[in-house]
Amino acid sequence: MAGLAAAFGSGAMTNSIAELEFTDVILATGTNTTENHPVIATKIKRAVRQHGTKLVVIDPREIDLVKYADIWLRQKPGTDVAVFNGLINVIIAEGLYDKKYVAERTEGFDSLKAAVAKYTPEYVEKISTVPAEDLKKAARIYAKANRASIIYAMGLTQHISGTDNVKSTANLSMLCGNVGIEGGGVNPLRGQNNVQGACDMGGLPNVFPAYQQVANEDARKKFETLWNATLSGKPGLTIIEMMNAAGRGDIKAIYIMGENPLLSDPDLHHVKEELQKLDLLVVQDIFLTETAVLADVVLPSASFAEKDGTFSNTERRVQRIRKVVNAPGEAKPDWEIIAGISTKMGYPMNYSSAKEIFEEISKVTPSYAGISYDRIEKEGIQWPCPTAEHNGTKFLHKDKFTRGLGLFHAVEYIPPAEVTDKEYPLILSTGRVIYHYHTGTMTRRAQGPSERCPESLIEINPADAAKFVIIDGQMVKVTSRRGVVEAKACITEKSPQGTIFMNFHFAETAVNLLTNSALDPIGKIPEYKVCAVKLEAA
Amino acid sequence: METKVNVTIDGNEISANPSQTILQVATNNGIFIPTLCHYQNTTNVGACRVCLVEVENARSLVASCCMPINPGMVVRTDTKAVRDAQKMVIELLWSSGDHNCLTCEQNGQCELQNLVYWLKIEKPRFEIETPGFAIEDNNTMISRDLNKCILCGRCVRACNEIQVNEVLDFANRGSHSKVGPAFDDDYIHSNCVFCGECMQVCPTGAITCKMAKFAGRPWELTKTRTTCAYCGVGCQMDIFTNNGKIVKVSGNREYGTPNEGSLCVKGRFGMDFIQHPDRLTKPLIRRNKKDDLKEVSWDEAYSFIADKLSAIKKINGADSIAGLSSARCTNEENYLFQKFMRATIGTNNVDHCARL
Repeated sequence: MAGLAAAFGSGAMTNSIAELEFTDVILATGTNTTENHPVIATKIKRAVRQHGTKLVVIDPREIDLVKYADIWLRQKPGTDVAVFNGLINVIIAEGLYDKKYVAERTEGFDSLKAAVAKYTPEYVEKISTVPAEDLKKAARIYAKANRASIIYAMGLTQHISGTDNVKSTANLSMLCGNVGIEGGGVNPLRGQNNVQGACDMGGLPNVFPAYQQVANEDARKKFETLWNATLSGKPGLTIIEMMNAAGRGDIKAIYIMGENPLLSDPDLHHVKEELQKLDLLVVQDIFLTETAVLADVVLPSASFAEKDGTFSNTERRVQRIRKVVNAPGEAKPDWEIIAGISTKMGYPMNYSSAKEIFEEISKVTPSYAGISYDRIEKEGIQWPCPTAEHNGTKFLHKDKFTRGLGLFHAVEYIPPAEVTDKEYPLILSTGRVIYHYHTGTMTRRAQGPSERCPESLIEINPADAAKFVIIDGQMVKVTSRRGVVEAKACITEKSPQGTIFMNFHFAETAVNLLTNSALDPIGKIPEYKVCAVKLEAA
Repeated sequence: METKVNVTIDGNEISANPSQTILQVATNNGIFIPTLCHYQNTTNVGACRVCLVEVENARSLVASCCMPINPGMVVRTDTKAVRDAQKMVIELLWSSGDHNCLTCEQNGQCELQNLVYWLKIEKPRFEIETPGFAIEDNNTMISRDLNKCILCGRCVRACNEIQVNEVLDFANRGSHSKVGPAFDDDYIHSNCVFCGECMQVCPTGAITCKMAKFAGRPWELTKTRTTCAYCGVGCQMDIFTNNGKIVKVSGNREYGTPNEGSLCVKGRFGMDFIQHPDRLTKPLIRRNKKDDLKEVSWDEAYSFIADKLSAIKKINGADSIAGLSSARCTNEENYLFQKFMRATIGTNNVDHCARL
């Protein structure tokens, strides 16, 4: 998100889901859409099969979308910046970019041009293994489209160069005049139901709701008045920094609402040690998760089907959830619990319903100001929606970027933090499968999906399987510098040679025991997509 | 704008777009024409012949779902010839399958049953001959009883044209025709990803939700519209309950944005976690690190947390406390959580798993 915010001034999906079905070109990179966002994938597939849309896939894995693609660039994991710089190099060299748009709506073009000069298709082929001719073809398909949309997900961001990767997509999109038009844009597909909303609401260490900086004195004064409290202007710690601070003894207490860092965070051995050092760990969840087992206090909360509220989806659409059934036992909605603790601590929070909280949100969050429960009863509204008369915003940056002019960033390729060597000769990449969700807390308790996908599989290229003498279905041991896990081998061409793939849904095969906690310096996202491992029969 | 053309349906002069079919124009103007194979957002195939209408000067009855309107067209939807033809079609469909409503999950919302009733058919004039297919019952999500299949092809089109999973198609010919995955596989042995779109569009009891079997008949269920809690797409779904128990999930039938009625396997079949026996039901406290977690009242839990946090804040400062809000929780809860960390505790140490 930091990458898009730097380029455009706003870090959200620029366009809408529905537009994907009716655009000329879709460039999908670092998104295994059919498995992670299956319903968005239906629109991409319909676009290709029924509406003549061209699809460019840039992904090391032979994901399902490859079947629908006009061209597939299979880059070596972690070389995304080189590939994007290469595409931009070709487009500039062949004069295919939107000169009027670049002149009128952007800044920094000259530094971009200078930076990509050395990324000729031949040079990029050396770094990424993408054939120079394919790179040129893909560049021409993208550049010649009237409207082209870029979609990406964690495959692009979970690298130490994640922010640079995202800036590269912004560069390419602006270069061809695709930002601020219907059917265009740069579109991060958010992986969790309300990750957009959690960010919008200020669930981040540096911002209040609607991305108002905590370090900004005016913003802070405004919230001090609204909340009748003294507020800190010092940006807080990110999730991985919190864990490290807990290990050092600087953080004494952590209150966790609905998260399971003991399965989702990288380098789990450390996370566990760090959490055990705390004076107080409070976990509020619907199940006794791996993290909750360590807690001093466990609070039972209501699931999404047992309460009212709103989620903001990946396209910035604020939608209602409604109470379907009663919560089990004494479980309560999370908002009631937070209010209960706060009131006990001498800061009363007396809300009678989620609706009442939403009314406060729309008062303090300019982009949500025009949204109310009444207005979204039938259909959600996309922020920004500044007034009660405003219909919401289908796509961002029309005529003008949030930051004024769009900013090109000159970015350089840097290799992943951990590269393969003699001892750890393979790259491990991680992600999800269609049948499960995140740490599996929910889907592993669902019969159907668990029947379809009962265990973790390690996807291994046939050449690697031959090299390490592993047969399909055999138990194998995967070891990194940080840990070891065992799972069943699945021999498949889906994985490129030299790279194995595992999901992180299964606690008994906790792949994050292996992963590297090296962070992108700006986005602070761990490098889940690349770490060095070795493989042997278990 | 296209130039409108005028047509007459059942004596009503109607002006409509020339690219529309007779069925579309009739439906838009409140004139009911029965259909079975027709399904929105998929190709009109004219397979079932239930939507037959009389068109003046046409050689025979025409399938209204496939026939575009012409200027001056005169259409009649409720003549004896039309009804006789529709009865014939429905009786043939009825007699060629095992349409036993007594135990059918679709009883009450079966489109074949509705048409039998609407056309006032007591019983088919033909002998009932069921094809004798084995019931496919070997997965926990979808049951298939092809003896109840009327070969309308909606499932095939939903699979290929809506979800574009390209798993289902017709096999065999004539009276041996059937729908299914390649090589006559079961769903569970095919590359089907169990999105369940075929089940949602099936007009009869041929493809049904296995978990909903005997869990409540259609008229006993309460429907609540909500937003799916899995990925970031935010699909609109209807959750059906019976006496406080979740029975099944369907894509919202208003077919609005962002999912137009579609769901994936997690949204449709991944909701058993909600009423799973493992759910936490009481607050738990571990007073000393070596103790086990013990059940306490909410008030005790609140006091314990409030006292501890206040003490830590007093000794080590507010920045020694951190909180993780959640991409799984609502906007309201995330708002309140960060307000709690910032206003009540006094720190900006709040983050969530957006990065993971």
